[in-house]
Amino acid sequence: MIEPRHEASGRKLRFEIFRYNPVDPSSHPHMDTFELGETPYMTLFIALHRIREEQDPSLQFDFSCRSAVCGSCGLLINGRPGLACHTRTADLPDTIRLHPLPVFKLIGDLSVDTGSWFRQMAQRVESWIHEKVPFDPKAQEARMDDDLARAIYEGERCIECGCCVASCGVANVRPQFVGPAGMNRIARFMMDPRDERTDSEWFDVVSSDEGVFGCVGLMACHDICPKGLPLLEVYAYLRRKMLAKVMTPLAREAEPSKRQSSKM
Amino acid sequence: MQAVFTTDVLVIGGGLAGERCAIEAATDGHDVVLLSLVPPRRSHSCAAQGGMQAALANCVKGAGDNPTVHFLDTVKGSDWGADQEVVRIFVDQAPIAVRELAHFGVPWTRVRPGKNSYFIKGERVDISEPAEKVGLLMHRDFGGTAKWRTCYAAAGTGHAVLYAVDGEVVRLGVSVRDRMEAIALIHEDRRCWGAVVRCLRTGKLSTFLAKATVIATGGYGRIYGQYTTNATINEGMGAAIALDTGVVPLANMEAVQFHPTGLMPSGILVTEGCRGDGGHLLDKHLHRFMVDLEPEKQELASRDVVCRHMMEVIRDGRGVETPYGPHLWLDLRHLGEQHLTTKLREVYEICTEFLGINPVHDLVPVRPTQHYSMGGVRVNKDGQAYGMTGLFAVGEASCWDMHGFNRLGGNSLAETIVAGRVIGRRVAQFARANELDVSTALAVRYQRQQQKRIAGWLARTRSGPSVYAIRDAIAETMIRKVGIFRTGSELEQAVEELSKQLRLVDQATLRAKSPGMNPELTFALRLRGFARLALVTAVSALARTESRGAHARTDYPARDDAHWLSRTLARWPQDAKEPVLSYEPVGLIDLPPGHRGYGKVESVDMTDSVEEYNACVETAWRRQGALEPVEPIGASMQWGSWRAAEAETEQRRRA
Ligand SMILES: Cc1cc2nc3c(=O)[nH]c(=O)nc-3n(C[C@H](O)[C@H](O)[C@H](O)COP(=O)(O)OP(=O)(O)OC[C@H]3O[C@@H](n4cnc5c(N)ncnc54)[C@H](O)[C@@H]3O)c2cc1C
Ligand code: FES
Repeated sequence: MIEPRHEASGRKLRFEIFRYNPVDPSSHPHMDTFELGETPYMTLFIALHRIREEQDPSLQFDFSCRSAVCGSCGLLINGRPGLACHTRTADLPDTIRLHPLPVFKLIGDLSVDTGSWFRQMAQRVESWIHEKVPFDPKAQEARMDDDLARAIYEGERCIECGCCVASCGVANVRPQFVGPAGMNRIARFMMDPRDERTDSEWFDVVSSDEGVFGCVGLMACHDICPKGLPLLEVYAYLRRKMLAKVMTPLAREAEPSKRQSSKM
Repeated sequence: MQAVFTTDVLVIGGGLAGERCAIEAATDGHDVVLLSLVPPRRSHSCAAQGGMQAALANCVKGAGDNPTVHFLDTVKGSDWGADQEVVRIFVDQAPIAVRELAHFGVPWTRVRPGKNSYFIKGERVDISEPAEKVGLLMHRDFGGTAKWRTCYAAAGTGHAVLYAVDGEVVRLGVSVRDRMEAIALIHEDRRCWGAVVRCLRTGKLSTFLAKATVIATGGYGRIYGQYTTNATINEGMGAAIALDTGVVPLANMEAVQFHPTGLMPSGILVTEGCRGDGGHLLDKHLHRFMVDLEPEKQELASRDVVCRHMMEVIRDGRGVETPYGPHLWLDLRHLGEQHLTTKLREVYEICTEFLGINPVHDLVPVRPTQHYSMGGVRVNKDGQAYGMTGLFAVGEASCWDMHGFNRLGGNSLAETIVAGRVIGRRVAQFARANELDVSTALAVRYQRQQQKRIAGWLARTRSGPSVYAIRDAIAETMIRKVGIFRTGSELEQAVEELSKQLRLVDQATLRAKSPGMNPELTFALRLRGFARLALVTAVSALARTESRGAHARTDYPARDDAHWLSRTLARWPQDAKEPVLSYEPVGLIDLPPGHRGYGKVESVDMTDSVEEYNACVETAWRRQGALEPVEPIGASMQWGSWRAAEAETEQRRRA
């Protein structure tokens, strides 16, 4: 008979949390320490709320779905980017250091402005289908092979939490770099036959130092991604596509056929 | 300095309903400002996993489906509480809306050629999908439907749809202002002119004046505290600020849906797709109780029916006892690793990541949890709020009313998109026909009022209760006494307890006085509205002395169509201590009340004829403040079309 595990450890957890309120002139960056008794199934979602409600009601952090789907709660957890809501304290040592994600603008304490970053990225890579034909409300939907639909969905799984961006050596020093999440988004639209953009149109965005060739190959993003997106493969896919473009000038002429052949 | 901004259309809420509505208005050439507590893609819509109903009849198990069969399922599911004309508009538009989403780039799961293996009522069944349907949108089974009708994008429909729709919003250049919270509506002489908004980055106030204002703030499950599948931001402030006007009613607030499979102990939803794909519910003896209780539909009976049986089983002492209270088991093991890690991957991840269990080998602890708010801001079929020109509501925040007393799985995501299109068009028309004819003095007055309210909170020095203590007390009362089963005596206690908590709001004090957004102040500003929503829910539930859909009174077990074929309207007049209830007819009736085909059978028949009932609808609505829709009431009805559909479905069932 299966019983749920109640790993009430009786541990006392020590939280060291970065504090800074930019709108308060008297505030300066520092670390605050809090102690909390560990409870069964405790996650950082549960712990941070308890700290705020029982110890310091001014503590700022972000959660929404608390189920690792909305991307609100990226943090540096003992130096490593991750989602606070699906990090179980049972998997962490007694002392837990929390910092806001780097790269993004700080709002206060652990809260950062990932929303503006991702919106600006969406505008840059034009993160929407560039339609081939206008929508016809009377027509049956265009067909698509289910394997292709699944492949697109795989790329669509990014929740824009910003962990990959925070872990990226390049994004940390070069603000214009579209980052792993941006690259993933580009790959998602490149493989979608509903999008009319051709490889050569993508070339400018993808093949500069702000795009795939800006990446120096540390690939921390791939290890960090909380959703397990195959970012290594994404980069390889984009590099292959772009190299093919550079090396075979003929490809450019062959291009128009992409549009026809992908009409399904 | 007072910051006053103007726009054509102000949309409060960046979930699917708000964004789809914004697209419609922006496409029509209007300036649109969209406010959201979080970046739109983090709205709660992203959490919907299961899918979206649209009658496309693309797979074998959906054969013979059409909008009329969808109409039948939805009206029956609502326990006849829905407005049948709105249901009709919805079912006719759903196929178009879903196809449009494919056009926006949603990677819908498609029909796969040849032999496919499905789990149906626990059995593995091989079905060959015909070649002519290959590559069209696939459907899955969801509770309470006659056909497989739910379109889905792998295990993340809401996420995929929200990203596609938000892509369109970015493309159209809608001015999206995230971390901006509407805290009051600006109105004068029953005309709404926008909202006072607080910035959740800096704590600064501003006002947004608009020709048309749209509330699209989603559900308010958090009045049930941790016993909800809803996100932490679902605190119902859109409904609360509408109630604050004193004239706009909230409707059917007692109609609260619980989901059979909330994960213990956090309330995270395990999708209905689990039951749809063949998951079993077991008691502590590992007995599959739904087979005894609902031999026909088993685990796939509609949600309220499944929830009630689960609670009965728990009350019988057949739940698994834990320190968090009793729960039941969800068994997915027979679906196999392949299925669980692909088609139900999100569920698989939730179990491994949040509980440290593997559903391939382990049973999953679940219990019924608050899930969906059928009630909300009462609007006419064009989405216009009762009693207030220039104010619209759409999505879960509204009571448009296609769900009545029970919403079917897959119908609410579909509602956000369909209503977003339909109501968005009306909003655009309204903005075209009207001027922004308002003085900034009005804006300044409303903003000062809010400034004063904030200053009041910060100035309170006596040591009162904490805002979180009040929130928790409200939630405890709600889950215990305004939960799945309700009785008069418990509801009376609930009303008393909630009234007391509401009074305590005025004595609560803050401990954090830091400048900026101040999370404690942010919640404090919501607290009164939060307490009022809870109280309105309890008062409405106490008054309704019958059982209908999700509203189950053990002291009044029968559905009573003689007295209660009506919609509850709750207003909170300015300075009143409690809400005032009134009632209106549900709408024009085409499909007369009958048996749902599952669940309880007890009911009291209507005393009026359907014709007599229908004759009163329009005047009764107008008396309640309903505004004139663009097309006359009843224009979208397709009288009697359900007969053929019912006969056909019955014939297929027999065959
Ligand atoms: C876990 C879960 C799974 C679900 N699965 C399904 C499913 O499979 N199929 C289905 O049909 N339905 C499903 N539902 C229901 C469905 O997801 C919701 O009903 C629907 O997404 C609501 O959309 P919405 O746009 O109305 O609100 P939301 O998506 O909740 O958006 C509300 C928006 O309002 C904003 N907001 C709120 N208050 C304010 C304020 N005061 N000022 C400014 N902005 C504000 C928020 O920031 C947010 O952007 C599910 C629900 C849950 C909880
Ligand atoms: S709160 Fe949504 S991802 Fe963590």
